[in-house]
Amino acid sequence: MSLSAALTSRAAAAVDVRRAGRSATVSALMPLAAVVVLAALPFLVYAGVTDTLVNLFVLIALASMWNLLAGFGGLVSVGQQAYIGIGAYSVIAFAGQGVQPYLAILLAALTSVIFAVPTSWLAFRLRGDYFAVGTWVIAEVYRLVVVRVDSLGGASGKGLTGLAGIDQTLRGALTYWVALGLAFASIATCYLLLRGRLGLSLMAVRDEETAAGSAGIDVRRAKYLVYLVAAAGCGAAGGVITVSSLSVNPDAVFSVQWSAYMIFIVVIGGIGFIEGPLLGAVVFFALQQFLADYGSWYLVLLGAIGMAAALWLPGGLWGVMRDRTGLSLFPVGYHVRL
Amino acid sequence: MEILNAVIQGLLIGGLYALFAAGLSLMFGVMRIVNLAHGDLAVVAAFLALALVSGTGLPLWLVVLVTVPMFALLGYLTQRVLLQRSLSSGPLATLLVTFGLSIVLQNVLLEAFSADTRTLDGGSFATGSFRLNAAVSIGYLSLATFLLAVLVLIGIQLFLSRTGLGRMLRASADDRETAGLVGGNPRHIYGIATAIAFATVAIAGLMFAMRSSFDPSIGPSRLIFAFEAVVIGGLGSLWGTLLGGVVLGVTQSLGAQIDPALTLLAGHLVFLAVLAFRPQGLIPGRTA
Repeated sequence: MSLSAALTSRAAAAVDVRRAGRSATVSALMPLAAVVVLAALPFLVYAGVTDTLVNLFVLIALASMWNLLAGFGGLVSVGQQAYIGIGAYSVIAFAGQGVQPYLAILLAALTSVIFAVPTSWLAFRLRGDYFAVGTWVIAEVYRLVVVRVDSLGGASGKGLTGLAGIDQTLRGALTYWVALGLAFASIATCYLLLRGRLGLSLMAVRDEETAAGSAGIDVRRAKYLVYLVAAAGCGAAGGVITVSSLSVNPDAVFSVQWSAYMIFIVVIGGIGFIEGPLLGAVVFFALQQFLADYGSWYLVLLGAIGMAAALWLPGGLWGVMRDRTGLSLFPVGYHVRL
Repeated sequence: MEILNAVIQGLLIGGLYALFAAGLSLMFGVMRIVNLAHGDLAVVAAFLALALVSGTGLPLWLVVLVTVPMFALLGYLTQRVLLQRSLSSGPLATLLVTFGLSIVLQNVLLEAFSADTRTLDGGSFATGSFRLNAAVSIGYLSLATFLLAVLVLIGIQLFLSRTGLGRMLRASADDRETAGLVGGNPRHIYGIATAIAFATVAIAGLMFAMRSSFDPSIGPSRLIFAFEAVVIGGLGSLWGTLLGGVVLGVTQSLGAQIDPALTLLAGHLVFLAVLAFRPQGLIPGRTA
């Protein structure tokens, strides 16, 4: 054994590198326990509660996707509502062809990816802030085109067919489980993507694009992948919105309001942490329930909170919590103990 | 003949788009900020003028003369208090702050003035027109707006190229640190740039409010038009912005000739076509 090899092996033996600290190994069980409890809810509570929770799950999924785009890929989009709309309309169109609406949600994710390929080619020509407004314009184009298709109901939207045969209670529970599955799948996707090689590339790209490129990372490919995954997630979320509301309205599904919600959830929760959108969605959802009676003032407050968080709380609520406790539910970094 | 009329009307409305876009272009050029509240600021100016006219009974031209400098001051303060702070926290922060501002402005307007559509009554000047021939008649207001847009762009151009402050502004746009080393105070310079941007967007908002109806929710679509004009014309070029506005206006107007529902779509499609085939814009600017 050469001297240098002996030295490195001794140095390597002296440090302990692992994904999670001790607390995280215990707290990793928490999300699993939470999913089990949540999955049992339709048997335990009134349908009104689960119907409201569907909205929360959709918000969690959307925010996780936006966090993946902006927090890890550095792609600040204000146009993800394009895929929400495409997903929502795909479910309507597939259901019209006789596909079971719940299964059509998977096809909706696929359709969104298919549309995302040419869209990304255009949108990626713009960088930074211009990318944000460019994606918004593209979402507007999708809305204006969809409104002109008469078979999709034009400007007044269309109802969902194919769920009439299912008992109302069962339908509510099924929709709830699908929405829960969507939220769980989007967080799991983020976690698995970020633990791997792509996660490392993405974080490098986010921190310094030019340096990442010179270190051999295919920047364009990494961004492209993230964009497609986010399109799929938002498309599936759009599909869930359709099966829960049983109809689709072009102005509602293609509304820039969705982007506003995603951005505020992620900024308040903590951008660049997988836990951020989860915490942010819960806070946002609670605010929404408490302040629903105040109409527009609620949005004024939301905008102000978002601005304040962007200025003074760059890590969001989760960032504060993590600094205080060192807690990490979904560890994607490494701990080094000497 | 109808086509000719459509082209002329589109050209004139393109001036208005350029007016909307000038401030957006300037703020991006100098500070790399895309102000997502840009369109909403124009609507705020319109509502402010409306409130001043109905509240004080002053004539509209006087209200305009008061509103525009007020917006310039507001712009300077916004930059110093809000945007400067966000600039130091990174590009994402500025985007989020201006987006938050947009939501706040829209909903405050909604609470204060309700969702009803309003118009700013410009009197006979706003409705009058003269005939060029049998098919083409040109509104005084449209023509005045176009000329005003050209004047504002010439003014900004002269300010940037001839005055000391303008030179410092361009220097800061090129290299902030070095401009600071040779005596420029970036905070003050950024404040001036934002003041100009706010003043131009106030003018644009007031001219817009005189020619068509408005409500608190139309800000974002104004932002999109302005943005399209900037990208079509070419980033960093003021004359490109005018050309971009005119191209957008003419396309929308021709689209409306085919089918009124095509107005917006035609404009967006030209924007996407430019993005696909000539991403640097029609007249690319000096700075990227």
